[in-house]
Amino acid sequence: MKKIRIGSGAGYAGDRVEPSLELIEKGNLDYISYECLAERTIAIGQQAKLKDPTKGYNGLLEHRMEKALPLCWEHKVKLITNMGSANPVAAAKKCVEIAEKHGLKGMKIACVTGDDLLPVIDKYMDTEVWETHEPLSKLPGTIVSANAYLGVEGILKALEQGADVVITGRVADPAIFMAPAIFEFGWALDDWDKLGKGTMMGHLLECGGQATGGYYAEPGKKDVPGMGHLGFPIAEICEDGSFAITKVEGAGGMVTPSTLSEQIVYEIHDPENYLTPDVVANFKQVKFTETAKDYVVVEGATGKAKTDTFKCSIGYKDCFIGDGEISYGGPGCLDRAKLAIEILKERLELVAPGQFDELKFDIIGCNSLYWNPDYKYNEEPSEVRVRVAGRASTKAVADLVPNEVEALYTNGPAGGCGAVKRTRDIVSVASILIDRNDAKPSVEIFTV
Amino acid sequence: MKLYEIAHSRTGDKGNISNVSLIAYDPADYEMLKEKVTPERVKEHFKGMVKGEVVRYELPNICALNFVMQAALGGGVTRSLSVDMHGKGFSSYLLDMEI
Repeated sequence: MKKIRIGSGAGYAGDRVEPSLELIEKGNLDYISYECLAERTIAIGQQAKLKDPTKGYNGLLEHRMEKALPLCWEHKVKLITNMGSANPVAAAKKCVEIAEKHGLKGMKIACVTGDDLLPVIDKYMDTEVWETHEPLSKLPGTIVSANAYLGVEGILKALEQGADVVITGRVADPAIFMAPAIFEFGWALDDWDKLGKGTMMGHLLECGGQATGGYYAEPGKKDVPGMGHLGFPIAEICEDGSFAITKVEGAGGMVTPSTLSEQIVYEIHDPENYLTPDVVANFKQVKFTETAKDYVVVEGATGKAKTDTFKCSIGYKDCFIGDGEISYGGPGCLDRAKLAIEILKERLELVAPGQFDELKFDIIGCNSLYWNPDYKYNEEPSEVRVRVAGRASTKAVADLVPNEVEALYTNGPAGGCGAVKRTRDIVSVASILIDRNDAKPSVEIFTV
Repeated sequence: MKLYEIAHSRTGDKGNISNVSLIAYDPADYEMLKEKVTPERVKEHFKGMVKGEVVRYELPNICALNFVMQAALGGGVTRSLSVDMHGKGFSSYLLDMEI
């Protein structure tokens, strides 16, 4: 039976580059896909594009492509990525420039567009926002981006036209991994069970090292060998949709039913209804069988018909968050930290009464991650760090939080040290559903 | 006994929703996890932190439970005031639960 090997080149925008190069060189791959978009990434990219129309794509694109494109050409590996972010066209042109520099004559570089709905966002003003349950028009703050989660369609068109490299903006994460299988095996786009399996494969690959022991290691309970040179995962998928997950021999990390169990449940809700633009996948009966060292066969995924809608992610200028931190150590540090917080509460109320939308007071080392009021934190650590964050509609008010934290140096409890402060301009993300006919992918191909 | 002794976990986030898995190391413990770690107990464990409802899903072949917690991330990853905006540390906190 025909089978192909698909590697995972990145699990997030800033992911490590070396494991992807190892995969291209030693993974015996047919494809490598890089997943580089978090929820807010495109909104930030869109702002960069406004300032400079040649920017707005992934900040590591050049660094990655300088190394990956020549290697992919040499080893006959096709590369697919959503590193185009808010500007896939500019990203593709940059790739052409890099390919020319390396003399990769004949390389076809495609960009997929159609996810950007900002120019037509006005027509959705009555659409309900998931997070607020109110119409989009009621969203506070200027909308800076609107991107539909596209499916495999655009990537397939690019591959059909002979693309060696496919650069997209927003597409569903599993799609960039599943598209090669659909293309190579000629799966019908309504063969829901196969798309369910392909989606499960994509889901296991889309976070890079999280399938091979990354974000898993727990000394003494879940020991992982070779974390320092952790490898990224490979899927070996057959024409009938059956597949296994493995890694390059000699690469660090491990692939076991246990590492994959954590990843299959990662960022899913109802396992029987995993919604993607291409299929509603069912992971409930998933089963892992380790047939060789670092080689796990994955079975049991199915699928049913996709929905009529696309998820569309809206970026908007939300607020300013100011935060500051200061440490206390040695005997009595916890009491001094508590005193610092009392002082800060009083001073913030004094300098900006009622002007913060929200404030959070933490003692790092005690209750910053878990603030259940009943949770134990009575044992005094050897050091603690006070952290205060405040949300406001203006930068001037938000700035007051870090400034007051820093002022604890000379105006607070004894021994405060290591203060830091920052204020961030926050772009938040909200979601709506749109008619899938409103976001049609189109493909442009550049030949080097 | 803490859940940490018999299970492992990973947290994911989407918007203001957190999902925390609970996976038995030994399949023999899975039934007990189902019995003891109810959505109500998890909601109580996350008192003050998770504002919305907690729903539990099962993946029986891999001995996993998935707790989906609404209104759990201070308005969502992009606007949370928490040090841990993604709530990624919630997995370790669930494993601290006594059963």
